[in-house]
Amino acid sequence: MKDWLLQLQKVSKIFGGIHALSEVSCTVPRGEIVGIIGPNGAGKTTLFNVITGAYLADSGNVLLDDQFVTNWAPYRIVRSGIARTFQNIRLFPSMTVWEHLLVAQQHSGSIFRRLLPTAWADPAACERAEEVLDFFDLTAVRDREARSLPYGIQRRVEMARAVTMKPKLLLLDEPVAGMNQEEAENIRQLMLRLRETGLAILLIEHDMNFVMNLCSYLYVLDFGILIAEGSPTEVRNNPVVLDAYLGQDADA
Amino acid sequence: MSTYYAGLFADAGILLLGALSVYIILATGQLSLGNAGFMGIGAYITSYLTVMVGIPLTPALIIAAIISGIIGVIVGFPALRLKGIYLAIATLGFAEMVRSFLLNFDTMGGSGGFHGMKHVTVGYIWIWSGGILLLVMILERSRIWLEMRAVHDDETAAGLVGLNTVAIKIGAFGFGSAIAAIAGGLFAHHHVYIEPGNFGFERSVDFVLAVILGGSTAAPGALVGSILLVFLPEMLRSLADWRMAGFGALLVIVLLVRRQGILDRALLRRLTFSKAAS
Ligand SMILES: Nc1ncnc2c1ncn2[C@@H]1O[C@H](COP(=O)(O)OP(=O)(O)OP(=O)(O)O)[C@@H](O)[C@H]1O
Ligand SMILES: [Mg+2]
Repeated sequence: MKDWLLQLQKVSKIFGGIHALSEVSCTVPRGEIVGIIGPNGAGKTTLFNVITGAYLADSGNVLLDDQFVTNWAPYRIVRSGIARTFQNIRLFPSMTVWEHLLVAQQHSGSIFRRLLPTAWADPAACERAEEVLDFFDLTAVRDREARSLPYGIQRRVEMARAVTMKPKLLLLDEPVAGMNQEEAENIRQLMLRLRETGLAILLIEHDMNFVMNLCSYLYVLDFGILIAEGSPTEVRNNPVVLDAYLGQDADA
Repeated sequence: MSTYYAGLFADAGILLLGALSVYIILATGQLSLGNAGFMGIGAYITSYLTVMVGIPLTPALIIAAIISGIIGVIVGFPALRLKGIYLAIATLGFAEMVRSFLLNFDTMGGSGGFHGMKHVTVGYIWIWSGGILLLVMILERSRIWLEMRAVHDDETAAGLVGLNTVAIKIGAFGFGSAIAAIAGGLFAHHHVYIEPGNFGFERSVDFVLAVILGGSTAAPGALVGSILLVFLPEMLRSLADWRMAGFGALLVIVLLVRRQGILDRALLRRLTFSKAAS
């Protein structure tokens, strides 16, 4: 049996009459990159929101490391090891890049470490922030406020903030949306290097080609239903997927 | 120092504490228009303790701060459901509740007011004001403060990066209330007479005004705002009857030129050189 990090068991979410998710089951193994693809409105972001506790699941279960985390408060889920980024970047506009990396480490250490000046009370947190700053190549913008940064860098800051929390699983919601080729490749390389550190990634993406040579496994959502899954090649050649996804999204 | 100026400095010190109490709550994105209520609670508890129970002022202030802090936490919970203008109005309602309770609270003089406190010097007041200002400035360099700012900037995102937003907002409310209570205790022992009318809506507005004017993104802003708010009307005495109009005009001008208030983080960084040229 495989070593599952994240397991979703028949998760459903209904908004009014819309079945945004219908009994979706999927798994993410430790240390791998798994992709979720599907057309607009398929329920991909909703799935992330349920996993992270932003939305309450109407039924089904979410397990992290064989522990039920279904419908926990968001901060408890984060602390148990799931960090995420957002489809529409959500940084803290008035805070600097450096401050983003510190604030995300709130659950490391005692209350005194949190109350005293971080620079001398918690050198470990600063070291971690420095490390992540370096990893994401953000040292040059260390003291810039988030709102003053270009879009591509904001995306990287958001990823960096998630990574500072030392999660076991990273959820990325369309991390390269709106990026040019070069920026997207940059993010791809970062993801591969993150995987090497042992981090598992669940990735939402529109662009089929981008996930093809990145993910070890793909799930395809359409109207809240899991219509296909498998290796990227299997999924690419699955007629159901071609019908539902590629045909419809040919212009993207 | 003449008694006249000493009185003004005492007022500024007390206003600074009130402004800081608003500043801390505002740092999490919550606007409280009810801090005069907590100030009133502090004034009455402290006076009760020193006059009726007979304990020294310093421990009395600390006890009052703790009690007011707890009340702040209790008030903070229902306030969690409210945002922006609705929260401001709810806190205003709370302060009015406190005021009308005090009006009918005959043990402490009711509408007739209460006296018998021993006068404290401006120096003693500023030990508290300066000390708490310093404390807040140290706190501003801590992670808890970053957590508060994160809640201020985007509460949902803050929750989703692992912050316990409820605890942070309630905690800020409690801390702010405790500081307002100290302002009240000092006020009572400086003026040696209190009545419920001392803790009305205008005083809550003064606190907010000092923060907005001085700058709401750095604690020293509250200091600048408090000093200006107390001394500026004095300097405009030559305008006689037009004094308050002149003062109001100045306020409007400052806020038009510097919407973020006189001090902000960027300006403060430049002033203190805390960062080497970036
Ligand atoms: N908070 C909400 N209230 C009501 N309906 C919602 C809510 N969030 C999502 N939905 C609905 O659920 C469905 C799935 O939306 P979701 O955002 O998960 O899609 P998606 O796959 O992420 O799409 P996209 O590729 O455009 O980001 C849509 O029909 C959407 O309108
Ligand atoms: Mg989406």
